[in-house]
This record gives sequence, C-alpha cells and structure tokens, in this order.
Amino acid sequence: MFSKRKITFICLAVSIALFAEGCKKKVPAPPPPPPPPAPAVVAPPPAPTAPTVAQFSAEPSSIQRGQSATLRWEVSGDVSNVAINQGVGTVRSTGSQNVTPTSSTTYTLTATGPGGSVTSSATVSVVTPPPPAPPPTPMAAPRATVEQRLGSDVQDAFFDYDKSELNAEARDALTRDAGSLKAILSEFPTATITIEGHCDERGSAEYNLGLGDRRASSAKEFLVSLGVPADRLMTRSYGKERPQCTDANETCYQKNRRAHFSPGQ
Amino acid sequence: MKRIVRIMGGAAATLVVLAAQQTDFSGVIRKNGQLPALAVPDFRGDAGAQAFMASFNQTLWSDLDGAGIFRMVPKGQYPLAIPQQLADFKMPSPPDNTPLRRGQAPPPPPTGGGLWLSDWSNPPAQANYVTVGYSAVQNSLFVLRGWLVDLSISSPANAGALAKTYIESLDEAGARKAAHEFAADILERFGAKSLFGSHIYFLRHTGTLKAPVQEVWVMDPDGKNQKQITHFNAISDFLDVSPDGGKIAFTSWVRGNPGIFVFSVDPVRDLRFYNQRGASVTASPAFTPDGKQIVFVSSVSGCCGIFVANADGGNVHPITTSRSNDAEPKVNPKTGSQIAFSSGRSGPEQIYLMSMDGADVERLTDGTGEASNPSWHPDGQFLAFAWTRGFMTGAFNIFIMNVARRDYQQLTHGEGKNENPSWAPDGKHIVFMSTRSGSSQIWSMLADGTQSQQLTTQGSNLHPVWGK
Repeated sequence: MFSKRKITFICLAVSIALFAEGCKKKVPAPPPPPPPPAPAVVAPPPAPTAPTVAQFSAEPSSIQRGQSATLRWEVSGDVSNVAINQGVGTVRSTGSQNVTPTSSTTYTLTATGPGGSVTSSATVSVVTPPPPAPPPTPMAAPRATVEQRLGSDVQDAFFDYDKSELNAEARDALTRDAGSLKAILSEFPTATITIEGHCDERGSAEYNLGLGDRRASSAKEFLVSLGVPADRLMTRSYGKERPQCTDANETCYQKNRRAHFSPGQ
Repeated sequence: MKRIVRIMGGAAATLVVLAAQQTDFSGVIRKNGQLPALAVPDFRGDAGAQAFMASFNQTLWSDLDGAGIFRMVPKGQYPLAIPQQLADFKMPSPPDNTPLRRGQAPPPPPTGGGLWLSDWSNPPAQANYVTVGYSAVQNSLFVLRGWLVDLSISSPANAGALAKTYIESLDEAGARKAAHEFAADILERFGAKSLFGSHIYFLRHTGTLKAPVQEVWVMDPDGKNQKQITHFNAISDFLDVSPDGGKIAFTSWVRGNPGIFVFSVDPVRDLRFYNQRGASVTASPAFTPDGKQIVFVSSVSGCCGIFVANADGGNVHPITTSRSNDAEPKVNPKTGSQIAFSSGRSGPEQIYLMSMDGADVERLTDGTGEASNPSWHPDGQFLAFAWTRGFMTGAFNIFIMNVARRDYQQLTHGEGKNENPSWAPDGKHIVFMSTRSGSSQIWSMLADGTQSQQLTTQGSNLHPVWGK
C-alpha cells in the first residue's frame, strides 16, 4: 500500500509539474478546441449468432447388427467446436463418419460457437437378425445308442444243431463280446442287455422254445464267468419264431441257431 | 456189402409192414369194405332258393363224405331221374305178360329211371342209402325238406329212415347250416357225431421277417367262418382249448418273455392267467380234463420243467425237475392221470409218458428221429404226434400210436412237412398243419390218412387245435 508519505510526494510532484507547465508557455489563451467530431452513427457491432446445423443424418437409418451406417453432417455459421457423442468426439464442421453401433443408438451432434450451441440428433436403429440355423449335427457327436453299440461291437454266437453247449467258435465270439459288453454296460449304467436264444426251423416249435432258452443261458453263464455283470444280462428265448432267414438250407439254418444281443427293455 | 445192407433194409421194411398189420386201431381206423354206400344226389330249390343250392349240396356232400363212415357213391353212377321227395318213388309198371314173338328180344327189367328204389340199389349205383330232398322259400326263409331213404326196404312207405324239415335264413350261411344239420341228423342215425358246431382254433402268421405277427383265429371244421380272436400284434403260439370248448390257453411274447394267456372265447375275454416272475419261459399251457388246472412248461428252476397250476395261474407245483428240456405236456383226457410230453432228456426230442406226479416216466417213441406234438385221442387210448422217423431232420409226418401197445401207424408220407396234429371231438378226424400246398396251411383228414382237406388258404397258418 502506498504510504501517506508517498501519496504526499506524488501529489507534490504532480502539482510541481502542473505548475511548471503553466509557467513555460505564457501565450494567449488558445481557442477552445473544436468540438470533437460527432461520432459517426455506426451499427453497434452485431451480437454474435449461434451456428446452424444444416444437416445431420444417418444412412441408412436402420441396420442389422454388425453392419455400419454413415453419419453425415454439415454445420454452418460461427462455429468453434463440433462434437458428436457416443464416442465419436470432436469433428470438423462438415464431414461424415462410419459408425457400427451394436444396438439402436441416437447420435447427438453439438455445434458450439460464440453465439451459443445447437444440437441435432440422428438415430441408427439396429435390428438383431434372427438366429441362424444351427450347423448340421456332426455325425459322431451324440452318443451311440445301446442298440447301435451292440450292432457294431457285439457278434452273435452260433450253435450246433440241437445243442445249447458252446462250441469253440461260440466261445471265441463270446470272449470278444465280453469286453464290448462290459464297456457298453459301464457307458450306459442303467442299461440291461437281453441275450436272445434262437433256433433253426427244423425241430418242433415247442422243443425249440426250450432249446433257445438253454442257448441264451449258456451264453449268459459264459459271459458272467468272464466278468460281465449277471444282473445286467437278461435271457429270452424266441425258439424258431424269429428267424433271420427262411431258406431251407444249412447256411440259413446255421444263421438262425444263435445267441443274439439286444437292448433290454 | 451193399447187397447185404439192401437185404437187411428189405427185411426191416418187411418187419415194419408186419408191425403195421398187427396194429390195433379199432375204433379209429375205418374199414372201407364194410361201410354203407350212400348216394347223395344234388337237391334243387324253387326260384328263390336255387341260388343257394350249390353251397347246400357241396356242404352236405362234404360233411357226409368227411365223416368217414360211408362209401360215397360217385355222382356219375346215379340214374338220370332224381326223385325230390319220398313220394316220387313209384313202382314202375309191371312188365306186360304178352308172350314174346319169335325173334323178339326179351324186354328190359322194369325200371323207373331213378324213380324207383332198385334204380339206386342196383348197379351201377349199388347204394344202400340215398338222400333226397328239395328247398323252397317260405315267408322269406330257406326251407329244406330232406329224407334219408333206406334202399334195403322194398316199400317206399317204410323206406324213409329220416324225414325232416329245416328252416334257416335265406342266404348261403342258412343253406350251409341246413346242410350241416341234415348231415348231423344222418350221421346220428349211424351212431356218428357231426363235427358241425365244433371249432378249430389256429394261428395265423402275418407281418414281416423282422416283425412277425401270429394271432389266434377260429373257424368251423370245414374252414368257413374264420374269425380273429387276439389282436396283440405280437407272436403268440402253442394253443390249447378247454374240454368244454369255452376257453383257450396259449403262449404269447406280447409282454416280452413268453407267457401264458387264458381267454374265454364267447365273449372273447382275457381271464388273466398269473405268470410267475423270474421265469424266462412260461409256455405251452394245456388244460386238465376237468378244465380246472393247467399243465405248462416253465424255466423257473432251469429250462425246462413241467408244472401244474390252477386255471388262473395260482397254486403252482412242479411235476418234472429234470432240467432236460421237457416240452408240451398233454393230460390224458379220459383218465386225467397221465401226461404225454416231449423231451430231449435222452438226446433228440422224443415222446414220453408219465403219471400226473411225474413218476413212471416211459419213452413211447423208439428213439429214432425226432418226435413231438403229442395229442390225445378223446378216449385216451391213442396219441397222434409228429415224427421225422424215416425222413430227413425236420421232415415231420403225422403218426398215431396205440399207447398201451406202442403200435404206431404213419398217416402222412412226406407231402411237405406235417405237424401239430389235433384230434377232433369225434375221435375220427385229425386237424394238422401241412406245407404240402407250398405254404404252411391247416388241413384235416380222417385218422387213416384219407380224406385230406385243406381248410385255410389265406396267408400262413399253423398249430390248429380242435375244440368242441
């Protein structure tokens, strides 16, 4: 702050200066200065106006999800800043930009100038396409059924005429079957498997009913001895009621004298 | 060596022939030479009834011929004029007594051209009896008037051994029924029983190789009126019919493992036989003579033994426990104290006999070939069965055996496979399955192997059983 002394000094100095001036020109009193010219009548400087958004559009206005739309805009007037929200940011006053909204989006353009700011909006509708058809099921994808597994992994055991004892070939076949059956039964823990006993057409139907039952039982006993769980194996005789073939020759007879595996019910 | 074998073979054949000659099938096998000769000319009808007379005449002939108690006189040997009623028999005018002129041929013996009794009893017809009759429409009904004429009696007034009127519906079924009833009345005159009214149950096989279907059907003894009884759409087999004809028992796979079903037949109703749990086989049911129990085959204690239970499946008792594949038990219908069955207990399937408690087992067949399908004659003395004796494996023929004497006679001789014999209630006929026509069909024959008649033609049919 100025001290009192300083103010006194300044007042003194000014007074001396004024005095000195008055002392230097001792001339007649000058005419009064002309009046200052009347100030020109000029419009006061115009008040600044807000910018104009001549265009702000989205093309196309509706897209499928994943497609893009083009925003176009044109801003005129005294503009200092143009910005579009939704992450587009500051842009030039005229321009275009591709956008790829993932859902329907309304873009707002804000143009700011000394005269204020103005906004305009454009909406891009995003249509979610219907879900496409699923791809074809790969062949190996679902688990095979018990029936399919039996068909592909397990062979019939064949018998001699009027015999329910297992011959060497039948024992070989059943030995191979035992492994497959154990695998299938562990893969399908609730499944049971029926061993069907069948006969050729030559004996009486009544006698063959028992013979088929004895064949199925022989096969079951042997499989159980190889570790196939007994309580998962059922037996059923079809006698000669369900042959695979009906020709009257040994080839067909042999095909029908068999133990066959089917899913239990 | 070959020659010796041939000689031995010849000797064996001679022995078989001798054995056959000694066979006693009295009461079963007819003796052709002693049969009365019966002429059965076609009957005619009036304008409204004639349309059904072809069915009538065919049925009447078939019933009388099939009965096996007549020698049927062939129609080609009948006189030209056919009487239509007893009153049509008129004594021909006596020969005139004018003396013969020289060179003149003697007159023929008097004849009525068919309208006199002796026209039928003389050659060529040489009949002992003739049937006459006619039909007419009365009140929209088929009315048949029929006579049986005894040609050994010289006066027509007394020769009518039978005179009867039958009133039936005016259609083919009515005409056939009149023929069945007329034939039944004629048979009764000769102490024989008509099979009209009895029923043959059988199985009809349809479906495919992978999905076979066998349903129970029933038909008249002549193959008419075939009706389906079961609709299981599954395999059923091994039929029997109760002694009173009111129930059938059979085996079906409809619920998985083979199980027994008992049905009433009129109306058709499942009587719900209880099958024991835990047996993979419960099959081959057969009624006892009183109809109150059923013998059957079960694997409940090993395959397969014979058991007996009440007709509802309760109160089960074992009869055999040999575990040697005993099959198809059949109780003697006369005594109720014996069971004939087939078994593999001594090797290939053979026929055996035992008492109701399983004791006194005897083998009836001699161990050759395979023998199956025992069926008792109503009098309990004879069995019909199927046997491959003398033929290839599986080539069954029908045989009958006198059970007490073990004599047997072969009734079919390799005309296809012949199985499932079942005696008719008259004890003179056998119904059976034969493949002789190229497919499995039901046939009937007299118990001497004659009069084979094919009863089914549709599809494939088997396992007939003849009930009341």
